[in-house]
Amino acid sequence: MVAVTEAKASALRVTDVTKSFSAPDDPLTRRIVLSGISLSLAPGELVSLIGPSGCGKSTLLRLIAGLDSPDSGELLIGSEPINEPSAERGLVFQDPNLFPWLTVRRNIQAGLVARGVLREKREEVDEFMRLVGLEIFANAYPHHLSGGMAQRAALARALINHPKVLLLDEPLGALDAFTRMRMQDEVLRLWQDRRTTMLLVTHDIDEAIYMSDRIMIMSPRPGRIERTISVTLDRPRQRSGEDFLRLRSDILKYLHFAGEASAELST
Amino acid sequence: MLQGKDGIGGRAEVTRSVGSTPMSAQVPDEFVPTSELPASSKLSWRTMLAVPIAALVTIGIHFLFSKKEAPVETHSYALLFWEIIVVSFVLVGAQFYSSGLRRWMRHMCPIFTIAILSLAAWDVITLGLRLLPLPYFPGPAAVLRSLVNDRAMLLDSTWHSLFLLLSGYALGVIAGLISGLCIGWSSPVRYWGMPILKVVGPIPATAWIPLAMVLSPSAVVSAASLIALAVWFPVTMLTASGISNTRASYLDVARTLGATRSYLIFRVAVPAAVPNIFIGLFMGLGASFLTLVVAESVGVKSGLGWYVSWAQGWAEYGKVYAALIIMAAFFSTIMTLLFKIRDRVLVWQKGTIKW
Repeated sequence: MVAVTEAKASALRVTDVTKSFSAPDDPLTRRIVLSGISLSLAPGELVSLIGPSGCGKSTLLRLIAGLDSPDSGELLIGSEPINEPSAERGLVFQDPNLFPWLTVRRNIQAGLVARGVLREKREEVDEFMRLVGLEIFANAYPHHLSGGMAQRAALARALINHPKVLLLDEPLGALDAFTRMRMQDEVLRLWQDRRTTMLLVTHDIDEAIYMSDRIMIMSPRPGRIERTISVTLDRPRQRSGEDFLRLRSDILKYLHFAGEASAELST
Repeated sequence: MLQGKDGIGGRAEVTRSVGSTPMSAQVPDEFVPTSELPASSKLSWRTMLAVPIAALVTIGIHFLFSKKEAPVETHSYALLFWEIIVVSFVLVGAQFYSSGLRRWMRHMCPIFTIAILSLAAWDVITLGLRLLPLPYFPGPAAVLRSLVNDRAMLLDSTWHSLFLLLSGYALGVIAGLISGLCIGWSSPVRYWGMPILKVVGPIPATAWIPLAMVLSPSAVVSAASLIALAVWFPVTMLTASGISNTRASYLDVARTLGATRSYLIFRVAVPAAVPNIFIGLFMGLGASFLTLVVAESVGVKSGLGWYVSWAQGWAEYGKVYAALIIMAAFFSTIMTLLFKIRDRVLVWQKGTIKW
């Protein structure tokens, strides 16, 4: 049932991870959020996690980021176990979470300052601001940026640390449809440019098909990976191509079959 | 506001904010009569002449009522208004060359006019109609005379008050920031510190005066510590709540960027708490004024608070009002300075409280 692609040298490997939280109304019972999650990402792979709200996608991402620890199971980055957050696993949220008290430039270099390597890597700041096209906003404060620009700054801030894996938690979910499509191309360009391994959590089936090498479909209560689909369409992909639409209706059918409300899934 | 002057988008933002801010800064509400005029247009004759005419009226009223007073008393008062008239004509001439000055005059002229006319009204009520009992309510000319005659002592008192206020305030702010940071960040410190803060903090600092007099070696030291105590409570409270309410996602992001503990505290939690900290600083400043004046009038033998009660002891109410005027200018200047500092530090925040 759980399909795991066995790669010889995986960038990220999650083995049989379980996570539960105490229920908010009753602290004595524990609600299982993730159950028996196993997955593996090859270096440079872009994988999407898709599924209805409450299936534990974001929880899984937080475990991989090291912000929470699992009840059981093993998380490996390369061959190192994940114990705590680290700069080698970048995380971008739906809200860009730029520090409002720092200018765009200072936000982007925050990771270098935090690790105390700004002096050696100062020229990279300009490189990453160019990469996301924000040079002219270097000295603007985040509240002057549009949603798309803020998210590009957040991506640059995560990428400047050269993370082994970039974790994306619905990064484009708050953007309007046009900006979202443009940003999808933007993220793909960054991905192809830097060959960063990416794990993308999304609500959006089109986005998952358009962007990823593989799609993992999760189901809730408790959160499990139901199925993994390899997307073999040529890049750049045509959103209205025949294969694209067939894959889309397959996934939709599968999600309906899994008994989940389609209202959760924006298309 | 925005420092990105080199960029296209940045420049667009700059012009937009420059275009909107002076208007909104200048027009606090719709009751300002000339606010709807564009900033570049000429001043009306009414605006230009309001202040000198008001000053002339005030001089006239004063001469009318003060015939039986000693000439020295009227001399400095009249001189003040002649100076006001000269200055306002100089400004009327200068405003043709400066649109900033013009904007300032359009905003301030009605206020100055009314302020001058209220002095005239005060004159009518006290000197003219003798509606108020005399040693307690002298006319504006008498107050001005006290202000001028006693200027050396007032200056000295202001200096002592400033010294006491700043040393107490600085002490309280430093202590408040440290304790607020510890309580806000560390949960054991919060557990033990919060009850103390909640029980001791709300006691007004002036209630400690009897204890402070016994404990401390000198009146000045005890007054400074009382001011520090008054400042410490709001600064601690607001710093702690700002630190502990730091958005968890900022801390999460910082940790995935490789942040150390000191980065999380001093580069994430502290800047996130700065808007809150400034509220604490303002509340502390208000409390420090109050404590300063009370402490000076009961223990310390110098300063404006002491001067007020000393002048009252001699029934020299002109001096009392003179000291109140100095106090108003003194406290309001310090408050304005703190607002200026706030505006500089919080450039990144949109929508701040105006002063």
